[in-house]
Amino acid sequence: MQPIIEVSDVTMRFNMSRDKVDSLKEYFIRTVKRQLHFDEFFALQNVSFKVWPGDVLGIVGLNGSGKSTLLKLIAGIMRPSKGTIMRTGSISPLIELGAGFSADLTARENVFLNGAVLGYSKQYMAERYDEIISFAELEQFQDVAIKNYSSGMKARLGFSIATITKPEILIVDEILSVGDFLFKEKSEARIKELMGGGTTVLLVSHSLRQIETLCNRVLWLKSGRLIMDGDALEVCRAYEEGSRG
Amino acid sequence: MIKDDGFAYVVAAAIKHPVCYNSSMDFSQITPADLFAVLSAAVILGCVIAFLFVLPKVRRMLPGLLQYRHLLSTMVVRDIKVKYRRSVLGILWSILNPLMMMIILTIVFSTIFRFNIENFPVYYIVGSTMYSFVTGSTTSGMNSVLNNAELIKKVYIPKYIFPLQKVLFSLVNLAFSLIAVAIVYAILQMPLHPTIPLLVIPVFYATVFSFGLSLVLSAAVVYFRDIAHLYGVLTMAWMYLTPIFYPFVLLPEIAQTVLQFNPLLHFVNYAREVMMYGSVPGLYENLYCMAFAIVTLVIGLLFFRRAQDNFILNI
Repeated sequence: MQPIIEVSDVTMRFNMSRDKVDSLKEYFIRTVKRQLHFDEFFALQNVSFKVWPGDVLGIVGLNGSGKSTLLKLIAGIMRPSKGTIMRTGSISPLIELGAGFSADLTARENVFLNGAVLGYSKQYMAERYDEIISFAELEQFQDVAIKNYSSGMKARLGFSIATITKPEILIVDEILSVGDFLFKEKSEARIKELMGGGTTVLLVSHSLRQIETLCNRVLWLKSGRLIMDGDALEVCRAYEEGSRG
Repeated sequence: MIKDDGFAYVVAAAIKHPVCYNSSMDFSQITPADLFAVLSAAVILGCVIAFLFVLPKVRRMLPGLLQYRHLLSTMVVRDIKVKYRRSVLGILWSILNPLMMMIILTIVFSTIFRFNIENFPVYYIVGSTMYSFVTGSTTSGMNSVLNNAELIKKVYIPKYIFPLQKVLFSLVNLAFSLIAVAIVYAILQMPLHPTIPLLVIPVFYATVFSFGLSLVLSAAVVYFRDIAHLYGVLTMAWMYLTPIFYPFVLLPEIAQTVLQFNPLLHFVNYAREVMMYGSVPGLYENLYCMAFAIVTLVIGLLFFRRAQDNFILNI
């Protein structure tokens, strides 16, 4: 069987200048005064793993351990400084809901815009439009400009759009807490339905209970290094003990 | 006027064709214009050959690019909606704005400076339409990557889409301002030359050029924000370095030669030739325009490709 995602020896290095130099003037002055320093920061170091089709992979780690960086690399938003990431299959990044909503446009227009951002055609979105709106429970507000929406309404619409399509890889970064408790139940059910349909899921969550119940495999990242890769319960327990220690 | 047959002389000399030794050709008449035309042709040819080499690579990327054509059109439509929804006069502004500018400048330049230009209102509005298109599209193209920072941080999108979208949107605006040009034509009862539809040629050159320049600017401004201010000043200088409201022949000869390197000058002249004088520029003008457009595009693509991977770390 072919792995659906293959991460081999990936290192992500950031140049962090101590003071942000973002103008020509600043750059010029500092070059002349020899004050141009960069600090290197490794968000990920030599991380390798494979994900198989149908895997529900959890990623745990403390804040700043490189979880989000790893997801962004897999989604193709960033490119690794070293190493390669091979990916086959369509991907739907649920990294932040409603990215790319245009405040001045109505919900209806934003559905098509957001669909286009994710690479779907107008016709494809038109076929699914009613389902998206009804799942987000926004029938009354579909012709209202997004800027008049509450944050919960925006998030619901974003979630609805991102999960209406059946991607082969779904990336979920701490978004299972969208909306009120009713919508939360509904969105968890939607994710489980996608998993049942054979979608490969990458899940980042600080709720170990959620990880243990949903995932069949877990990665533990610590300061950008892969510490452990294995069975969900085992890794979660080790992570809890190791982080406190 | 430039004689296009000098071109053949230079090519013949360059390839040491036997015809060179034929005394009937007079090489002493080769002008710098001939040399530039040959240089342009060589550059264009080089770019085309280079493109053929990377063609297989482009073809592999094609399905991905086609997938995002919906995004491109949706974003252009969004820009149009956002621009015109909130203003009472709506699209009318795109027409009124150049018209009013033209009236003011016509009054100023026909009473104070008294340039001897036939049909000054037309001369001005054709020139300024081209100028506004190029500077408008490159300015909004320059800011397009920064303005879409939120999107770039969260979803993968081919990033050149943003400057491309702004250039296409400016093209739509250009179409609206052509209505203003049509109104001026109607009022002044300008002759309708059969060459007027050929305006699409200089517009096409200017579009390719603007896209290339937008690629460079939008990538550079991510690293150095003050380039945006710098470019604002530069476009101002650019306006005075392009004969928009003064006759080109007014300039000293040396300036006229140096300004041949101003791409906008050629686009503006081309537009005026087909719009006002009913003539089609010859081979040389087309070669210059093409070379400017292609070289800028290639530099833009190479520069943008190198810079884009680090966008996310700087926006």
